[in-house]
Amino acid sequence: MRGRHAAWLMATAVLIAACGGDDDGGAAGAIEDLGDNEDKVVIVAWPGYIERGETDPAYDWVTQFEADSGCTVEVKTAGTSDEMVALMTGSDEFDLVTASGDASLRLIAGGTVQPVNTELVPSWDSVDERLQNAPWHTVDGVHYGVPYQWGANVLAYNTEVFGDTPPDSWSVVFEQTTLPDGQTNEGRVQAYDGPIYVADAALYLKSAQPDLGIEDPYQLTEDQYKAALELLRTQRTLVGRYWHDAFIQMADFTTEGVAASSSWPFQINVLQAEGAPIASTVPKEGATGWADTTMMHANAPHPNCAYAWLEWSIDPKVQGDLASWFGSVPAVPDACDGNDLLGAAGCTTNGFDNFDRILFWKTPTDDCNGTAAAGSCVPYYRWVTDYLAVIGGR
Amino acid sequence: MTATPAPTPSLPHRIAVQLWRHKRWRLALLLGLPSLWLVGVYGGSLVSLLVQSFFRLDSFAGTVDRTPTLATWRDLFTSANMSVAARTIAMATTVTLVSIAVAFPLAYFMAFRASRRSKTLLVLAVLIPLWSSYLVRVYSWKLLLAADGTINWFVDRLGLGAALDALLAAPVVGGPSLSVSYLGQFVVFVYIWLPYMVLPIQASLERVPRTYLEASADLGARPGTTFRSVVWPLAIPGVAAGSIFTFSLTLGDYIIPTVIGDSSPFVGLAIYSYQGVAGNLPLAAAFAFVPIAVMALYLTAARRLGAFEAL
Repeated sequence: MRGRHAAWLMATAVLIAACGGDDDGGAAGAIEDLGDNEDKVVIVAWPGYIERGETDPAYDWVTQFEADSGCTVEVKTAGTSDEMVALMTGSDEFDLVTASGDASLRLIAGGTVQPVNTELVPSWDSVDERLQNAPWHTVDGVHYGVPYQWGANVLAYNTEVFGDTPPDSWSVVFEQTTLPDGQTNEGRVQAYDGPIYVADAALYLKSAQPDLGIEDPYQLTEDQYKAALELLRTQRTLVGRYWHDAFIQMADFTTEGVAASSSWPFQINVLQAEGAPIASTVPKEGATGWADTTMMHANAPHPNCAYAWLEWSIDPKVQGDLASWFGSVPAVPDACDGNDLLGAAGCTTNGFDNFDRILFWKTPTDDCNGTAAAGSCVPYYRWVTDYLAVIGGR
Repeated sequence: MTATPAPTPSLPHRIAVQLWRHKRWRLALLLGLPSLWLVGVYGGSLVSLLVQSFFRLDSFAGTVDRTPTLATWRDLFTSANMSVAARTIAMATTVTLVSIAVAFPLAYFMAFRASRRSKTLLVLAVLIPLWSSYLVRVYSWKLLLAADGTINWFVDRLGLGAALDALLAAPVVGGPSLSVSYLGQFVVFVYIWLPYMVLPIQASLERVPRTYLEASADLGARPGTTFRSVVWPLAIPGVAAGSIFTFSLTLGDYIIPTVIGDSSPFVGLAIYSYQGVAGNLPLAAAFAFVPIAVMALYLTAARRLGAFEAL
């Protein structure tokens, strides 16, 4: 028996050794010149970000690109930022990724993505100036991607419940209160079930409890973090169900009598199109949001097709169609005008003017995103475990 | 006249001869693929899971640090994680017990009382839900149980709204609506896994010789006594087999808790979010051993009861 156990241990040890061989490819410089297009480009993207007309024939920004460039587009969808990071770090088969701010800096720090030579992206200057040098893709003046879309996590509310007095503060989802229809908000509000939602609590505390001294909701000291968790525990007693699937949330708004919740413009657009009494607002505290950047793998196997896509991705028509489809805001202001799918007011509806009031997602790190000594801030992995515990009633 | 060479035996023929001569080759051919599957694919993935659990997540880079350590196992035994496990085990136990209570009378009727024709219809009725997608059934239950859903509509029409509200006001099991409570979650679990309980019990009851029942009656036992000392002991293997299904399926499910209920994490869900959202593969791997350990204990107990004779 002993012998057999030893054999198993040996096999396990070999397995560990085999797993351990990671190559650490450092970040190379940006590409100087482009060559001929390869046969394809492989993109890691959020669901709904790269549409080829299969869901709705009106929404197709892949077919024409393929015809023009000769590059077949292959898409691997990912449901969370963490999944995107895992896919990009774990493989060399991908060219591009549509990374949110809570993934992009991790990809840059890990050397997984390469700098983008903006001179090879002819339309670069058409990108919204507010985004061109955004800190979630620009490090030490070097650009690591091309902005794709952005949006806010808005406060959605039921107009029948709130009547003439729409909510102007996130307090309706954080504190026990009586809503304008005379009933309590207990069991009638929802919250996002991703750990990044801790930042929403911190954002509310920033104005509700100024003496905590919260500056940036993604850089929380131990005390600020504890206060945020405490607030989230209070919220647990009010929340019936946490949402993470946009469609389940829409069903909850229509069949469960949910009165208010953090939400995405996507759900608001769909619900309003169905005639549901739902509206949204960015409360006085501001809102968290996401800004996505198309980034290129350090070892991208199809760099020329990748650059072709980067240029195509900021085409005004593509940007406008995508904004209409996803309920997001285009990274190119020109896209707001004359897009049939988006409509004249589309950009305003989706939050174009709210840019300054939005704190974009970024990954909390223990050195406060490089602004303080290691150990000063609570890192993301603790957000994950603790938020799961909060939802579990701990 | 030249001698014609003896015809060379064809290749399949030669292989057949060799196989006939060598018993071991025959055995290897028969068991090769299944054992490759069991040991290689199934056992291999379990081993790699175990190996992963001895790594840890580097908190700074968010990458897996592949130096063997016990830190991840320490993280597993926090009170938050243990309460997730306790919640899941409690739900799995309740679902199993109630499934037995619901399934047994039905299985009994199918085995002893139903005519051949109605038995076929009943088996069909039990199996039909399995023909539609699991997800479709869970989502339709969400609509049935919703605050503005079908069940509430009926309850209101019957004038029982107050009773339902009282039920939902109950601590622990209650919630804002049926679809946002443990009660609703429990109903859906029982609904989804019930067929897996009915069929093994029915199979074990079918094998109870009718002569035993007659003998018991001839010896003067009342129906209750016959049930207690003849039918039930013979049905236990079937009950145990069914409970393995309902228990393990509830233990591992991560769809129902996301759609129905108040979002409190279950083991499957916790593993899913540690692995997917947090990228904390080591902790997910360590957590995966909780249901494995629970099932190992459960199967040992079930084997004592003879469950594997009824599968």
